[in-house]
Amino acid sequence: MESLNLIPAATQMFASAVATPSTGPWLTLLVVLPALVALVIWLVPAARAKGRIIALSASVLELIAFVVIAFTFDWAASSTTQLLESYEWIPPLGITWSLGVNALGLVMLLLTGLLVPLVLIAAKNEDDDEVRGGGYAALIMALYAFIVIIFASYDLVLFYIAFEAMLIPVFFMISRYGTGENRRRAAMKFLLYSLAGGLVMLGGIVVIGALGMGGTSTLFRYDFLQQTLPALSVGWQMAIFLPLFIAFAIKAPMVPVHTWLPDTAAEARPGTSTLLVGILDKIGTYGMIIMAVSFLPGATAMVRPTILVLAVISIIWGGLAANGQKDLMRLVSFTSVSHFGFIVLGIFIGSDLALTGAMFYMVAHGLSIAALFLISGFLVQRGGSAQISSYGGLQRVTPVLAGTWLFAGLASIALPGLSGFVPEYMVLMGTYKVSVPLALFAVTGVVLAAMYILLPYQKMFTGPINPQRAGLADLDGREKLVVSPLIVGMVVLGIWSAPLVGSLQQISENLEPNITFVSETAPEVTGSPAQGIISPSSTADLNEGNAQ
Amino acid sequence: MNSMLAAVAAVLPASDAWVGPVATQEATGPAAFASLLFVVPLAVAAFLLLGGNRTNKWGHWVAVAASWFSFALGVAILIQMMGLPASDRRFTQTLFTWIPAGDFQVDFGLLVDPLSMTFVMLVTLVGSLILVYSVGYMEHDPARRRFFAYLVLFIASMLVLVLANNYTAMFLGWEGVGLSSYLLIGFWNQVPSNASAANKAFIMNRIGDVGFLIAMMAMVAAFNSTTFDEVNAGVAGASQGTATVIGIFLLVAACAKSAQFPLQAWLGDAMAGPTPVSALIHAATMVTAGVYLIVRSGTIFIYAPIAMACVAVVGLITLILGALIGSFKDDIKKALAASTMSQLGYMMLGAGLGPIGWAFAIFHLLTHGFFKSLLFLGAGSVMHGMNDQVNMRRFGGLRKFMVVTWITFMMGWLAILGVPPFSGYWSKDHIIEAAFSTSTFAGADAPWAAWVFGSVAVLGAAMTAFYMSRMFFMTFSGKARWTSDVDGGAVHPHESKPIMTVPMIILAVFAVGLGGVLSINDVFTTWLTPAIGPVDHAEPVLSAIWIQIITLVLVLIAAAFAWVKFGKEAVPKAAPYGNAFSRAARNDFYQDEINEVIAVAPTTAAVEGVTAVDRYGIDGGINGLGRLSVWTGKVIAWTETGYLRSYAGYMLGGVVVIVAIVLGFRL
Amino acid sequence: MSLAFYIALAGILFSIGAVTVVVRKSVIISLLGVELMLNSASLVFITFSRVLGDYSGQVMAFFVMIVAAAEVVVGLSIVVAIFKSRATTDLDQNVALRK
Repeated sequence: MESLNLIPAATQMFASAVATPSTGPWLTLLVVLPALVALVIWLVPAARAKGRIIALSASVLELIAFVVIAFTFDWAASSTTQLLESYEWIPPLGITWSLGVNALGLVMLLLTGLLVPLVLIAAKNEDDDEVRGGGYAALIMALYAFIVIIFASYDLVLFYIAFEAMLIPVFFMISRYGTGENRRRAAMKFLLYSLAGGLVMLGGIVVIGALGMGGTSTLFRYDFLQQTLPALSVGWQMAIFLPLFIAFAIKAPMVPVHTWLPDTAAEARPGTSTLLVGILDKIGTYGMIIMAVSFLPGATAMVRPTILVLAVISIIWGGLAANGQKDLMRLVSFTSVSHFGFIVLGIFIGSDLALTGAMFYMVAHGLSIAALFLISGFLVQRGGSAQISSYGGLQRVTPVLAGTWLFAGLASIALPGLSGFVPEYMVLMGTYKVSVPLALFAVTGVVLAAMYILLPYQKMFTGPINPQRAGLADLDGREKLVVSPLIVGMVVLGIWSAPLVGSLQQISENLEPNITFVSETAPEVTGSPAQGIISPSSTADLNEGNAQ
Repeated sequence: MNSMLAAVAAVLPASDAWVGPVATQEATGPAAFASLLFVVPLAVAAFLLLGGNRTNKWGHWVAVAASWFSFALGVAILIQMMGLPASDRRFTQTLFTWIPAGDFQVDFGLLVDPLSMTFVMLVTLVGSLILVYSVGYMEHDPARRRFFAYLVLFIASMLVLVLANNYTAMFLGWEGVGLSSYLLIGFWNQVPSNASAANKAFIMNRIGDVGFLIAMMAMVAAFNSTTFDEVNAGVAGASQGTATVIGIFLLVAACAKSAQFPLQAWLGDAMAGPTPVSALIHAATMVTAGVYLIVRSGTIFIYAPIAMACVAVVGLITLILGALIGSFKDDIKKALAASTMSQLGYMMLGAGLGPIGWAFAIFHLLTHGFFKSLLFLGAGSVMHGMNDQVNMRRFGGLRKFMVVTWITFMMGWLAILGVPPFSGYWSKDHIIEAAFSTSTFAGADAPWAAWVFGSVAVLGAAMTAFYMSRMFFMTFSGKARWTSDVDGGAVHPHESKPIMTVPMIILAVFAVGLGGVLSINDVFTTWLTPAIGPVDHAEPVLSAIWIQIITLVLVLIAAAFAWVKFGKEAVPKAAPYGNAFSRAARNDFYQDEINEVIAVAPTTAAVEGVTAVDRYGIDGGINGLGRLSVWTGKVIAWTETGYLRSYAGYMLGGVVVIVAIVLGFRL
Repeated sequence: MSLAFYIALAGILFSIGAVTVVVRKSVIISLLGVELMLNSASLVFITFSRVLGDYSGQVMAFFVMIVAAAEVVVGLSIVVAIFKSRATTDLDQNVALRK
């Protein structure tokens, strides 16, 4: 049985050349802060009633912290992991508490940092009493802590623990605080589906553990995995890749394991759906980039054709199904299935242009889907119904709501000048270079997209005013506050996209050997293993055995 | 192909001289500020949309000012350009880097050259005049501010389209005008049919956008760039297959935007928008973007003769189709829309003839922009005076009541007929001559091509004369057939206010004189040469003077026929049943029904199928798994009987089984 | 004496005891069956102790007797308590286990 122990020592030792935080456990603090806030709100009765405000302040603080980190981040070295901290946790199993971010992780954290305060501000619509609202805010904070761990994680088991743990707050957010009648059932379906994926993923992790047990105390750290996993034979890579990929495909979601998403979106609060689709689903594609492309190029090369076909099917299936929905929230969630098809297509097609586009897509989609869910949520809260047919002629009743909904919709269907165009363009251009038929199928999604935004707009906002709806109020100041940063973001990303593209391009180019990897045999062990997304940079030594 | 290349090589020294002199950086002076041409209108549009009701009282004047500012800046750049020698008239300017993706990079850059300046002048002048007209036309509309915001948004997008120096930036303007068109067609979307018309326009245009994207994909795959210069340089060395793919899909994009066959069905419905919108967008500017695209991509089509032949054929078909539909429509706006479709067919035909026709296609585009928008504004003036009636069968005898409208409409009518010395004569006749001069088709020698193209073009001119004269006489001559109190409401036709008639008069002046003025010494074609290459002169198979005489005679005969049928004879107030052909033409040759069968029905079926499979198949499977596990649990729960003795019995049985297994293994 | 007779006797006793537990309705008779099974096990222990000459078997028999006694005390007291509340020792009537 092949074991990582047998790989020559030269590659077994991770190159102790990673960037360390110069000053302190910042990322750990940024994990602890929301967790602490959540605990305080739950345990201290006086804090419960003020829960939303406390959570909001904490999340704004967290956002400021992320922005500060972004300013001190070395964008010229976007693909190296910075702010790395690593402490031994369970040495016999090779698990460490390691956190670190590269450009992609940092950008996802910034996106999270932006969306959580907005969701908290928007949540006021739903809560009649503040105590209940406090509970919801605490759940969001708990979820926030886990999200930070996931995107900043530098250890695979830590990633997995957070991956599973975040399901708990989301479950309660759907079942206790959801708005639909079937919310408990939807929450259970979501939980079981995701747990099933997690269980499968555990199998993959166990394989890694079995291969490398006892060899080193940092077995699951990304840098070690980066050195060793690409050198495994394709059979072992597949044994690790398939379980991980199934879990990420469920999360993403890809057809055919996507059906948990529309049910969840229909029953949960719009804020929950925003976080779920805007951030949590990105964890799936984030994982695909790190685990699949970066760590396991051999397996990726073998499974690539199947994944690409499934991705294109997702694009078209999501577009068609979105057109057939009568419930507004379900419609928006199906548009997500279509968008994620584009992202997965860009990740696996084998072109660095498309991979950069896919990463950019994750950010742009986060903004536009958040706007769509939140604004749709405002509409549903006012009207009391999510059925598209129950509205009509609202452009004259609530012009701002109509205009912002259309704006967000146009951004999501890749209107040039808004955030959705650049990534979709890059993915399409990159795809055509590699495979013409796939590109031709994927581009038809553009027409379906126009239909699934404009036809609901026509039904809900044009035509004669439905007399029952004539009294609906337009967006108030607080709701405009929620929507404005998203709209500004969509415009800025649409025009001033060069900095982000340039930064993400560095990551793609670093991954170039992996994504164009076509050989079925593992690369030479003594040669340079395929570069990965987690590439070491400077030569400072690592903080090991540090029990802080 | 070889003969085509030989013809090309004979005329031009080298392939890289094909698009004129090498572009230079912009000089100091007005051209450096070319970005303001669209930035100012865009900023005004955003300001008006965000400003809300506070800006209602004066917002439209800000929009008008922005448009005239762009016109003034355009004039300044024009003057600067005319003062330079011909080889120095192309400027580029990179505004910022848009997509820096390693070895593939897209910049947002401008190309200011004679071709783009032609469009800039057309858009800003006609646009500004129409904006002034709209102040009066939309006077009573409470949402006027939003209308003007959308109009300046359109002007900004159109200017981006024509000023871009690469296909990606052009695509930004391309979809921008599509968006503005959607917003403006559906401006009165409280009426459901208007909202549907807007959707139809946007979705059909999106199909064209798919073509544009595929063309760009092919460009990026082959040349790693979408800049005009790099694509033109690359296509010379690329295979004919690549060039043909790019050319065909650019044609698809142009067909959607310019309402050419087979993507023409949206234009008639687009008349649901306010008349200034029809005048500006669906006559003069947006629909001409397709022609601009084809002419700007001329080099690609040189190397893809099959694609170029497709352009010419599409133009030919649309030319006739539009003329036929226009001859039977009673709605004045829809008849003008059909006319636009047909004239765009002329321009496409010119563009599809190669270097011999490009300059004349643009020339006709320019003159058409003026006289067609004039005709639309005149129609709007008539509608304004007739309580928004559009049925020409209820007009008649209006020339005594709306004199200015009548005279200006007459100028436009004579221009579109191509009667010398009005501007349409100069532009259309050149295209007909070029049609008679073509000697190749799809790269092969084809002496029949000249006769086919030329004859159809002449036939189209005659049909144009017929249906435009029919429109003119039905509206202004003959006896009044107006509605009265009992059948639709009384009308009191009156001339429109000066704020509406003055722009019409200005446009009429251009409709009369522009063509002649620009033809003196071939001023216009010489002007365009740095941008599109020199005009190839070939000999028409019929001598030029005969072509002109035959065309003019046929035009006059057709006009006279229309006079007799619709001016002198009484026109029935209700459309006669007619034969199958006329009924088909009145129904746009069932284009909507055909689209329904080919595109809409299959898509709806796919949507329903996918939704059903998703809900009952996939989701059903997952829910079925859940039900399965619950059922399994229920089955196992049967063993929980609550009886002690049965539990004891299970234990006994279990022990027996285990002992048997253990003993079995040992033996 | 052949070993087999003793084992067979123990087996018969055990089977009778097991069947008694499962088949008889009265809980006291079931407990008797349990006693019978325990005694059959003791018999096997003693038999082998004698055959192998190892006294651990006889010690185990003592253990079994003591455990049986203790268990009978507990079991019968439970039966008495149930009898007091239900006035029947019929096992089938006590379906509270199910709920």
